[in-house]
Amino acid sequence: MTRGTELRNHQRELYYFRVRLTVAGSVALFLFLLLLARFVYVQVVQHEHYMTLAEQNRISIVPIVPNRGLILDRNGAVLAHNYTAFTLEMTPSKIGNLEQTINDLTALIEITPKDRKRFKKLLDESHNFESLPIRTRLNDVEIARFAANRYRFPGVEIKARLFRHYPLGQVASHMVGYIGRINDADLDRLEASDDLANYRGSDHIGKAGLEQSYEKELHGTTGFEEVETDAGGRAVRTLSRTPPTSGNNLTLHADLKLQQVAEQAFGNFRGALVAIEPKTGGVLAYLSKPGFDTNLFVDGIDSQNWDLLNNSPDKPMVNRAMHGQYPPGSTFKPFMALAGLELNKRTPSYGINDPGFYSLPGTSHRYRDWKAGGHGYVDLHKSLVISCDTYYYGLAVDLGIDNIFNFISHFGFGKKTGIDIEGERTGLLPSTEWKMKRFKQKWYVGDTVSVGIGQGYNLATPLQLAVATATIANSGTQMRPQLVRQIENSKTNVITPRPAETISVLPIKPENMALVRNALVDVTRPGGTAARASAGAPYAMAGKTGTAQVVGMKQGEKYVESRVAERHRDHALFIAYAPADDPKIAIAVLVENGGHGGSTAAPIARAVFDYYLLGKLPVRPVTDAADESEHD
Amino acid sequence: MIRRIGLFLIRHLDIFLLAVLCATMLLGLFVLYSASAQNFDRVISQFISMLVALSLMWAVANLPPQHLMRFAWPTYVAGLLLLVGVALFGEVSHGARRWLHIGVTRIQPSELMKIAVPLMLAWYFEKRERSMKLSDFAVAAVLLLVPVALIAKQPDLGTALLIAASGFYVLFLAGIGWKMIIGLTAVAAALAPVAWSLLHDYQQQRILTLLDPSQDPLGAGYHTIQSTIALGSGGLIGKGWLQGTQAHLDFLPERHTDFIFAVYGEEFGLFGILVLLLLYLLIVARGLYIAANAPSMFGRLVAGSITLTFGTYAFVNMGMVSGILPVVGVPLPLISFGGTSMVTLLLGFGVLMSVATHRRLVKQ
Repeated sequence: MTRGTELRNHQRELYYFRVRLTVAGSVALFLFLLLLARFVYVQVVQHEHYMTLAEQNRISIVPIVPNRGLILDRNGAVLAHNYTAFTLEMTPSKIGNLEQTINDLTALIEITPKDRKRFKKLLDESHNFESLPIRTRLNDVEIARFAANRYRFPGVEIKARLFRHYPLGQVASHMVGYIGRINDADLDRLEASDDLANYRGSDHIGKAGLEQSYEKELHGTTGFEEVETDAGGRAVRTLSRTPPTSGNNLTLHADLKLQQVAEQAFGNFRGALVAIEPKTGGVLAYLSKPGFDTNLFVDGIDSQNWDLLNNSPDKPMVNRAMHGQYPPGSTFKPFMALAGLELNKRTPSYGINDPGFYSLPGTSHRYRDWKAGGHGYVDLHKSLVISCDTYYYGLAVDLGIDNIFNFISHFGFGKKTGIDIEGERTGLLPSTEWKMKRFKQKWYVGDTVSVGIGQGYNLATPLQLAVATATIANSGTQMRPQLVRQIENSKTNVITPRPAETISVLPIKPENMALVRNALVDVTRPGGTAARASAGAPYAMAGKTGTAQVVGMKQGEKYVESRVAERHRDHALFIAYAPADDPKIAIAVLVENGGHGGSTAAPIARAVFDYYLLGKLPVRPVTDAADESEHD
Repeated sequence: MIRRIGLFLIRHLDIFLLAVLCATMLLGLFVLYSASAQNFDRVISQFISMLVALSLMWAVANLPPQHLMRFAWPTYVAGLLLLVGVALFGEVSHGARRWLHIGVTRIQPSELMKIAVPLMLAWYFEKRERSMKLSDFAVAAVLLLVPVALIAKQPDLGTALLIAASGFYVLFLAGIGWKMIIGLTAVAAALAPVAWSLLHDYQQQRILTLLDPSQDPLGAGYHTIQSTIALGSGGLIGKGWLQGTQAHLDFLPERHTDFIFAVYGEEFGLFGILVLLLLYLLIVARGLYIAANAPSMFGRLVAGSITLTFGTYAFVNMGMVSGILPVVGVPLPLISFGGTSMVTLLLGFGVLMSVATHRRLVKQ
């Protein structure tokens, strides 16, 4: 091919390309003209028609907020429900002088400084075109007075709204949780999950507890009303209506009365309690003390109450049962005992002579037993019954930290239990790997010693302790803890039970399990550390007391309760289940700064058992004053 | 010195195109302020996206087309792998699997394909320039249909169709025979019932709704009804900036993204629309002019395809807002809120500018 033809080819190619380009350009121009024709048609020819639609007879789609699902206890007692009330609402963008308008309104309707404060907080958190409530629960007289003066207040309206109410705000606050106004973060989440359309018209969304985790079930499906409105936006008539579908009702495993018994049994102590049905994992009671009034959050909490809740030294907002992490103390020993037996480091007949302390071979440092002078001859059974520390110091060292970690993590320590509300913490079950990661340090044998009695780096949530206890009660079969027992579809009334879920079946030899379970029964019999709390019970209880140090003691220093500031006193723990031969309930009780497990925590468990198993109400309060004669 | 810096900055920019683009984007910011209920933060965020996109455009414009050509197949292959990644591990959002998490950020590989497909096909035809055969078109069709199928599967029908269009433009400009085009159209028409059955319910619904919006005024038809009312009530001169009742009384859905054109039409009327149409036509005309004068096959094809695709985007969006096309989730180019589409569009214009301004160098 000569250079000439190539050039000619090139010219021809370019020519064809330009022809094609012209065709494409013409098509594009044609399509744009087509669009233009459409615009002329819509905007000029049909302008009047659409103007009418837009201005005089605006069809507006008004969302109808569905009734939120109820939350009921296992017997049908109401934990969360709705009621209708009238609210006075203001749309800031439609109001010139907000302050002046509120002052004028005060002449007609009582608006307290607290209402103003709450409104101001809402104002800061919302867009100014939203309709915000300044007063809720108006009475008839107030409604009538405002209606007569309505013309004076553009941008102010009375609306009928559904309100959430928690009849027992404090008692189940951390379990039920609360709803609050939808904020920007909630909006983002709704947009991401494609649920925004269903929240048109909804002001509230679950913020904590079951209200949050079962939001999808509880919210329901928003309905729509197609209405004609006049130019001012007021509805003239309804064209069609798609009714909303109420949210589904939740029925819990929890027994409200049991919850109340537990609440009262705590008296003025802070702490947490979780009771579980071992066979199903159903949570029978879930308490974090102190609670708080969840109703405060529904309309937006005022700053005064908010500060009060947040700055209280009692930290009522902390969900201690799943967010609080405490050293498990001696309640860790039954699991250690099982590890010793299963990993063949201990036999039932093996015993030690307890001098009252433990020292690592070749060192002089003394790890003290809680009882000065020691317990004498101690085998595995006795080590649990009298809660011998020395026995477990040695056992921990013989097992080694990674064996402890591998075995005991099967009981759920160091990981989330997977309960059906959010905010759970993992606790901490230490291992060599963990320490290297966390502190860039290797593990020392000295670190292992105190792990044996549930101290050292060990941390567990009361919920984890309850699950682990239920696992022993259920002979090694671990069930996922669940608050919700069944969900009732509000439309079809079909009840769907949440199936019990087995997390794992621990392959523990029956004879080892029986040995530990027998020892736990003897803990509650005369001679055991929880003997007093179980005295006179017509059923057999099995349990283990525990005490968790809040402040460390120096070598050789003695812990004397009366000398220690109240908030530095030890935490009292008790894990238990009953009846011992066929457990119906397993429990973990933590009493902050309660002193000894046997004297403070165990009586609470007893009260809960008495009510659950016998229907007996306790004589309150149940906790003794600290008793020196019993230790853990 | 300053002159030299100035020269360095604008040497590879097409000033005419840049001016029209900037005018359109500026107009877009005003509309966005109104459409987002006077949310200034959103305008700022869009403005920042524009600056980022313009810088990227500048960078691409400074690369000669020969370099861009080298990126063609690696970009295409990377895009394809990412699409497969999306299909396997993608994140589901709004009921579709479109996003892929990569370390800290997440990306939407279908956006990358908007640039990669025209580049790849143009590169392919450049390589085959001397001996274009039927088999070449067949290969090109496969190169096009694989990513389109993957994106349609996500499902993202709108993007899939638009990428198909961008690829078709390359085939068309490369000289695919008229008979072939007619044949393909016939095949497509014959396959339409099959395709229909493969569509998702909501996609079928959208097409049905187009035929009769009043069928479903609360659901799929709602968007179209409300946007048509907005346009129609705007009339000749519009209701004025920030005065649109449809937009501000919350009747218009997606009003700062896909349906922003309805806000514009309501507030600025037919005259405003004429201005915008004119701006778009100027951009398309300039793009076609650049394509017509491009020195290489690659430059011609890629410039032509990008320009026509841009026009298609504008047409499809305005068509869907005014109720003559189904709702397919295509933003209004240069106006709708959204950084990703802004970046993709301006990257495309960067390629155009590269083709336009490196012409002389190539001739020497």
